[in-house]
Amino acid sequence: MAKYLLLKHYRGGPERTDYGNAPMSDWTPEEVSDHIAFMQRVADELRERGEFVDAQALSPEGAFVRYDGPGRPPVTDGPFAETKDLIAGWMMIDVESVERAHEAAAYLSSAPGKGGVPLHEWIEVRPFLEHPPTVTD
Amino acid sequence: MEELLRDLGPQVLGILVRRGADFAAAEDAVQEALVEAVRRWADELPAEPKGWLVTVAWRKFLDARRSDAARLRREVAQVEEPPPGAAESRDDTLQLLFLCCHPTLSPASAVALTLRAVGGLTTRQVARAHLVPEATMAQRISRAKRTVAAVQLGEPGDLATVLKVLYLIFNEGYTGEVDLAAEAIRLTRQLAGAGEDPEVGGLLALMLLHHARRTARFAADGSLVPLAEQDRSRWDADMIAEGVVVIQAALARDRLGEYQAQAAIAALHADAATAEETDWPQVLEWYDELARLTDSPVVALNRAVAVGEVDGPLAGLGAVAQVPADVPRHTALRAYLHDRAGDRALAHDLYVAAAARATSVAERDHLTRQAARLRG
Repeated sequence: MAKYLLLKHYRGGPERTDYGNAPMSDWTPEEVSDHIAFMQRVADELRERGEFVDAQALSPEGAFVRYDGPGRPPVTDGPFAETKDLIAGWMMIDVESVERAHEAAAYLSSAPGKGGVPLHEWIEVRPFLEHPPTVTD
Repeated sequence: MEELLRDLGPQVLGILVRRGADFAAAEDAVQEALVEAVRRWADELPAEPKGWLVTVAWRKFLDARRSDAARLRREVAQVEEPPPGAAESRDDTLQLLFLCCHPTLSPASAVALTLRAVGGLTTRQVARAHLVPEATMAQRISRAKRTVAAVQLGEPGDLATVLKVLYLIFNEGYTGEVDLAAEAIRLTRQLAGAGEDPEVGGLLALMLLHHARRTARFAADGSLVPLAEQDRSRWDADMIAEGVVVIQAALARDRLGEYQAQAAIAALHADAATAEETDWPQVLEWYDELARLTDSPVVALNRAVAVGEVDGPLAGLGAVAQVPADVPRHTALRAYLHDRAGDRALAHDLYVAAAARATSVAERDHLTRQAARLRG
């Protein structure tokens, strides 16, 4: 088994899409509810398959912070205009193969958006670095 | 007592399943019996602890079925009288092991079910060892139980699958409160005690010989120490001695297999007092044997390491060139061989590339340090 992080971006990915080019603010309340219910269902199904590790949604508003030298307060920058790529949240899974991780990501990407149509949004799939194998020689 | 119960639990579970109880119900019943044993045995052990557990667990199982009402009445009547002479031996544990490593299960499911049902670990412990939530592991285990529900206990199992699962458990190592490597050794030892196949001995020896080096594999700061640089005085000499005896006994039966060949290589490393004294020509011979047994590209890559030691880094690079580039540690080995051949600049660049492809933090950090050493 190997762990993967499925990263959901607000924007970004190989093509710049914005929730199927219809920002969530344009959706009806039902469309928003359906989308959220779908995400919940994906998590439940992964749990039922014994593959779910964690899921977390993130606030779109955040800041960049860095060290600025001894005795000085942290430097902050942001929040940024809505043109930037933002990570909306993630799902962490523990699966048998990279193929299965891609299958789960594609399923997540089929979440309904405006008009109940699948978003086809890009999900970033990143493998974890795991512990080194014991037998190496 | 905890040790005794962990040993007896799977045996009792095996007996119940063999008597016709379904896996999940039998496991619940055994758990209840174990809880009762902890309470009742505190003052005095019964004369026949296993018989006691079988009796109590069977009663709990029947109670549960009775409370399940009329639907099951006829079946209960059928199983009310257990066949005589049930409490036998370790056979029950081994039959359970073959069930839990049934080929219809995915490797990860078999690992989880084996640790739970045969290893006697709690679901929480199995979950922690794999760094997943307990609810997820509970699902993984119960799905696995459903998959094997239709399999008859005691039907001929697939030893190769069992060995593969035990090997996977061993390689998961130590990531929490439960030492999975030690657990794999414990289960493999049980299998070896009953087994005819020398590959079981081969796997047990392989595990012992690698486990013996465990404390030397990591420095105090957690960084990876390569075999050649390990402090061999920190290897567990008793465990190595046992591993050598086990592999010699297995090889003497003259039915060579992959695990035996791998263990023979590990034994040659264990036998060298210093890295310089390693008998590389013989290691290479064993890799040639291993390559005849398997077309694994990982074996081919490790063989290239031995070629590099026997015939020099350029010959090693020639052997690496025959191995597909997507095999883990391919770039790392090229970096090492170019380093030894004296091409520092190329070795540096390859170490950087290898670090980016590393699959573990310890390996990545090690490769990054190697690149840093060669900079400038």
